Amino acid sequence: MFPALMLVLRESRDIPDPPLGSDKRESNVMTVKRLTAGFISTVFAWLGVATSALAQSTVGGAPTDKGLWLQDAASEQAQKISDFNELLLWIIAAITVFVFVLMFYVMWRFREKANPTPSKVTHNTALEVIWTAAPVLILIGIGVISLPLLYWQDQIPETDMAIHVTGNQWNWTYNYPDYGDIELTANVVPDATFTNASARAAAEEELSSFLGWPAKLNARLLDTDYRVVLPVNTRVKVQLTASDVLHAWTVPAFGVKLDAVPGRLNETWFEANKTGVFYGQCSELCGKDHAFMPIAVEVVTKEEFARWVELQGGTITAENNPTSLGR
Amino acid sequence: MAHGNPTGWKRWLFSTNHKDIGVMYLWFAFIAGMIGFGMSGLIRMELMEPGIQVIPSVFGMNDEQARHMFNVLTTGHGLIMVFFMVMPALIGGFGNYFVPLMIGAPDMAFPRMNNISFWLMPPAFILLLLSTFVEGPSGMNGFGGGWTAYAPLSTSGHPGPSMDLAIFSLHVAGASSIMGAINYITTIFNMRAPGMTLHKMPLFSWSILITAFLLVLSLPVLAGAITMLLTDRNFGTTFFDPAGGGDPVLFQHLFWFFGHPEVYIMILPAFGIVSHIISTFSKKPIFGYLGMAYAMAAIGFIGFVVWAHHMYTVGLDVDTKAYFVAATMVIAVPTGVKIFSWIATMWGGSLRFTVPMMYAIAFILLFTLGGVTGVVLSNAGADVALHDTYYVVAHFHYVLSLGAVFAIFAGLYYWIGKMSGKQYPEFLAKVQFWITFIGVNMIFFPQHFLGLQGMPRRYVDYPDAFAYWNWVSSWGYLVTLVGVMLFIVVMAMTLFKRKKDVADNPWGEGATTLEWTLSSPPPFHQFNELPQIK
Repeated sequence: MFPALMLVLRESRDIPDPPLGSDKRESNVMTVKRLTAGFISTVFAWLGVATSALAQSTVGGAPTDKGLWLQDAASEQAQKISDFNELLLWIIAAITVFVFVLMFYVMWRFREKANPTPSKVTHNTALEVIWTAAPVLILIGIGVISLPLLYWQDQIPETDMAIHVTGNQWNWTYNYPDYGDIELTANVVPDATFTNASARAAAEEELSSFLGWPAKLNARLLDTDYRVVLPVNTRVKVQLTASDVLHAWTVPAFGVKLDAVPGRLNETWFEANKTGVFYGQCSELCGKDHAFMPIAVEVVTKEEFARWVELQGGTITAENNPTSLGR
Repeated sequence: MAHGNPTGWKRWLFSTNHKDIGVMYLWFAFIAGMIGFGMSGLIRMELMEPGIQVIPSVFGMNDEQARHMFNVLTTGHGLIMVFFMVMPALIGGFGNYFVPLMIGAPDMAFPRMNNISFWLMPPAFILLLLSTFVEGPSGMNGFGGGWTAYAPLSTSGHPGPSMDLAIFSLHVAGASSIMGAINYITTIFNMRAPGMTLHKMPLFSWSILITAFLLVLSLPVLAGAITMLLTDRNFGTTFFDPAGGGDPVLFQHLFWFFGHPEVYIMILPAFGIVSHIISTFSKKPIFGYLGMAYAMAAIGFIGFVVWAHHMYTVGLDVDTKAYFVAATMVIAVPTGVKIFSWIATMWGGSLRFTVPMMYAIAFILLFTLGGVTGVVLSNAGADVALHDTYYVVAHFHYVLSLGAVFAIFAGLYYWIGKMSGKQYPEFLAKVQFWITFIGVNMIFFPQHFLGLQGMPRRYVDYPDAFAYWNWVSSWGYLVTLVGVMLFIVVMAMTLFKRKKDVADNPWGEGATTLEWTLSSPPPFHQFNELPQIK
């Protein structure tokens, strides 16, 4: 299946996507796609994700060792970005190969020895029109796919729930306005915790009791002491601001990235379609500890999410009951 | 010319001679470039392995201070390379030296303003260096808010005087550039030799003319923006502070209204140099001369209406983003015209692969690579995944570090014989080219992978999954370091030669511009009788 075609076909939000990730066939398709993209398959990466499935909270989205491509998509947004980016890769690879081949041919064919007398041709109107018009056509082609994707991403659909995110120097504060006054602040897990077995066990214990199910720390500089918990297959609106300087909230596997700006309320949305822990890192320079305020989102089933809300003392009513939200 | 030539230190300090000033600009760019390159070395060595280890041991700092120091280094590297290396080399250096020669003028239009243009640069540079030694954020030295200096990190985030010094440095450097730009525009419009119409003018002069317009139009906006920063910091205004009705995003609009033209300011003179070299060593006139000139003009014009593509994630309205996507992609068209015209110039030519030619060809190849990733980034939809990641770092280093800098190398090798009267050693210079070429690609190509995987830029430490490609990239730096050291050796071997050994025109029939009609080096004052252009 050619991804660009799929992208066009999937233009409307109403047409459901093919199921992602869970079945083996899809994983193979993804691997083949990487191969066709001209890269050596990131088998290592795939294995890495597969083996970490032993832990209770599986890693759903994180960078992989020697990774070459976007992180595996866990939302329709990220999937569309990935497909579009792959289409762009094909186009730019074709252009680059064309220019390189042409250059190397010219360098060989018209080297001084092979062609001692240079021609004097300095104009060719037809040629000049072609190399102006051809890029225009290619760019129009890209734009036809790019702009609908942009509008689809940017126009926030009816969402099922919202979280408020505030960027601070240097942590993130999260609020769940739909579920009472749940508030949590997520700080990076310090390096020392990873090297000290007892500190690590204590941190995991603390995280597990916060979540209500056993949890493990997965990666230095990605894990936070507490995690944002969200239900799967539910459209979440993210409302974003900052308390001091600029920050940017991103989760690559969800295909979202948005700046947190003091004095502004920015909005974006996503709908995670896989459970697991998804990681991101602050993406706007915010001072000394810019590299030390990661984002960790744990996506769970709707039932688990309801249990977690109750554990945190949030309020669940008929209207906001997560089990009745989303698809 | 009636008056004598000043000698000794007076020749340089009081210089009104465009060639002497050009040479001073080149030396200045070399010194600043070495400092900027050293900073990038510290950055890459710190990032070679996960953890924070190099900066604390080099500077004798604790971990906290080192985290801030890393940001100071990336900020300094960016500002130095943009304002004190690429611009002085391409515009002040080659522009001063070769624009009057190419248009058949005896000197620049305002020789004394030329002097002050140059002599403002060292104080500006010293101010920037001083800023790293005074307090920035409380308890730590230096400004670590990135070369973009986004508010509020550059206002409330850095209360110490460091940022004020950096602002003043940019004011001074900006004044220098604006005066330089006025000088080029006046010179090129008024002092072309009889018969040299604008449509006969060499492409390097065209590129400097367009660049000068971009400077005159964009730098005052930067000056305004950083002045607003200054008053926000010191005099109680709130342009960028929401508490007083301001907006941090306003600074980004102002900055990038300057910042985007700025990237063309850095690359247009490179286009000019590459055009001359490709034509010379193909032994053919440039293909589609008018198209080449007007493509540069088009790039310059469009460069002013695409700024917000640096800001796709700040929360712009979707229609605004859609406009900036479309406008940005348009730039690929005139850029494509230039690439194809260079190839067409080589087509049917008789190619000699001298070192400047090798650098020029490498420029075309690598600029193409950097250009196509720019097309990817121009799409706001895809940019969501790539904004502020190493993909962006790879992209702009391909067009600047491997584009503009390769053009500087190309220009130096092309003109060093003309400027010094001494030719560079060809074989060693070829070795230097290959080492540098391999090194820089090794640094920057893997950064595409890091960016796609989501590694954000300006990170002093990263998750272990990013270790491999960072390690490759840092080894690339060490290869490049060998290339740069060899460059110094090659230049020293050239300049310390005892005898001048370059004919008026060492490159033969392909070198047709006026500088090759003069002696090597050219006389202190040239064209006392203006040349007639047919």
